[in-house]
Amino acid sequence: MLDINNLSKSFGGVMAVDDVTFEVASGTIHSVIGPNGAGKTTLFNLITGVYTPTCGNVLFSGKDITGMRPDQLAGLGMSRTFQNLRVCMNMSACENVMLGAHLRLNHGILAGMANLPALARRDAECRDEAHGFMQFAGVGQYVDAHASQMPFGALKRLEIARALATKPTILLLDEPAAGLNHTETGEISELIKKIAGSGLTVVLVEHDMKMVMNISDFVTVLNYGTRLASGTVAEVRQNPEVISAYLGTSVQ
Amino acid sequence: MKTFIRPSVLIVIFVLCMLPFAFPNAYIVDVAIRICLAGIVAIGLNLLMGFAGQVSIGHAAFVALGAYASGVATIRYGWSPLFALAVGAVGVAVLAYLVAKPILRLRDHTLTMATLGLGIIVHMVLVNEVAWTGGPDGMAVGPMKIGDWVLKGEMSWYALVACLLVLAIVISLNLFSSPAGRALRALHGSEVAAAVMGVNVPSFKVRVFVLSAVFASIAGSLTAHYNSFITPSLAGFMPSVELATMVVVGGMASTFGVVLGACLVVGLPQVFGGFEGFEMVFFGLALMLTVIFMPKGIVPSFAQRFAKRKS
Ligand SMILES: Nc1ncnc2c1ncn2[C@@H]1O[C@H](COP(=O)(O)OP(=O)(O)O)[C@@H](O)[C@H]1O
Ligand SMILES: [Mg+2]
Repeated sequence: MLDINNLSKSFGGVMAVDDVTFEVASGTIHSVIGPNGAGKTTLFNLITGVYTPTCGNVLFSGKDITGMRPDQLAGLGMSRTFQNLRVCMNMSACENVMLGAHLRLNHGILAGMANLPALARRDAECRDEAHGFMQFAGVGQYVDAHASQMPFGALKRLEIARALATKPTILLLDEPAAGLNHTETGEISELIKKIAGSGLTVVLVEHDMKMVMNISDFVTVLNYGTRLASGTVAEVRQNPEVISAYLGTSVQ
Repeated sequence: MKTFIRPSVLIVIFVLCMLPFAFPNAYIVDVAIRICLAGIVAIGLNLLMGFAGQVSIGHAAFVALGAYASGVATIRYGWSPLFALAVGAVGVAVLAYLVAKPILRLRDHTLTMATLGLGIIVHMVLVNEVAWTGGPDGMAVGPMKIGDWVLKGEMSWYALVACLLVLAIVISLNLFSSPAGRALRALHGSEVAAAVMGVNVPSFKVRVFVLSAVFASIAGSLTAHYNSFITPSLAGFMPSVELATMVVVGGMASTFGVVLGACLVVGLPQVFGGFEGFEMVFFGLALMLTVIFMPKGIVPSFAQRFAKRKS
């Protein structure tokens, strides 16, 4: 599904991601873990076209997507959420999610100015659809709310709903449980399982080890930008390098 | 089409219809015409600033270019006013495209600087190309003609610009709630989120810049015929600041807010008999106070307060 080959990114000489190679299999939940500053978010930014890699390449379903823009990748079926919320606070919750349908709707400026009945009808359908995604992500009660009125936990889910609204085949979640309490984290776990259950491939960055070990099929460990290990949950847990560098003995 | 019969639009239409009956004097109607023309430019600028969050502080340059395109083409080359207006708008669109395309590859506030630079350059060209523009003394422009019919008198002008203002309002409201409008507003909210949702960020920025320039050009052409005399001061810094003030004070992204902004910015100096050189201080102060106390602008702030009280 996703082949990451020798991917590197340097910021003024600092290698944030350093020669990372791994593969994400279709239909799996693949977690990327590592300490703060390990380069996980940078890796996501490289995969989703927010940054261009210094070297290396990314293949998505066999197609070389290195250097493509995020909007082009959205068209190919890739979507993501952000570690630091990127909800449009100047729009309603529902409009944020409707944004996910951008590429499926006629988004010409002249079409918008004229707002002919055909477009208005499609837009109304899109609103219903967005409501559906919000319900799925557990924020259905905020359908009439403005984004700026929503609590933090709901905004994290709203981002997931918005990403799902692009109808992606692969979804990258950057710390979806960060800042959430224990119960909320459990609920997000369930939501991610539900998403993967519907056939999506999920790439997950998360610090909550219990959650990662519970729901992941595969795990890749980053440390100082380099790949420390990659494999199934069991393999990674037993990897001595991982244990000494990151996991410590507590997970054993 | 349905947008025309929204209550808010009907109220505006009603007010526009009643105004000449309520104040049947040429002075008031003249101010109303200026408000309508400014409102059209401000609605266009709002698409760029309020919707997409791209600040332009040289937008009067496009008004001036539209005005001079009409003036030069009709007076020096004998073109018909409508044709000159259309060609002027297309020319301004091409210019806006050529300015925005390379700049928007770069990031951040370079567009703002570029619009400022554009304003200065346009002003300079209009002052120096004396053979075409008449230089700093300006030039006379003939009346607006549609075919053989000459647009004469305050009331016909008022009818024309009031209709165009309503049209601009409807277009803006349509765009606001359309997929393209959401994409534009998402640029303001979070560019990276918009991009990840499939919005081609550079393309939308360029297109909305061009669109807002076209609004300005058309209103500029009309202004030239209405005033029957134009000077390079149209492209000055002050008119650009006034336009930005209309958008920010009335309410970023709110179509009606921007129209209110146009009423205040054009109307208040009339009420107080001009600011005698203190315009800059006044508008600067108005901008600052709005940003501090009502960062969303007058209309959205009150709408929010009203909505809160209801719930
Ligand atoms: N835009 C950037 N400019 C400069 N340095 C950056 C940038 N983004 C990330 N970095 C650096 O790259 C390293 C990895 O950061 P990041 O990918 O955010 O780590 P993680 O998500 O694993 O916590 C850090 O040292 C960070 O300071
Ligand atoms: Mg991170």
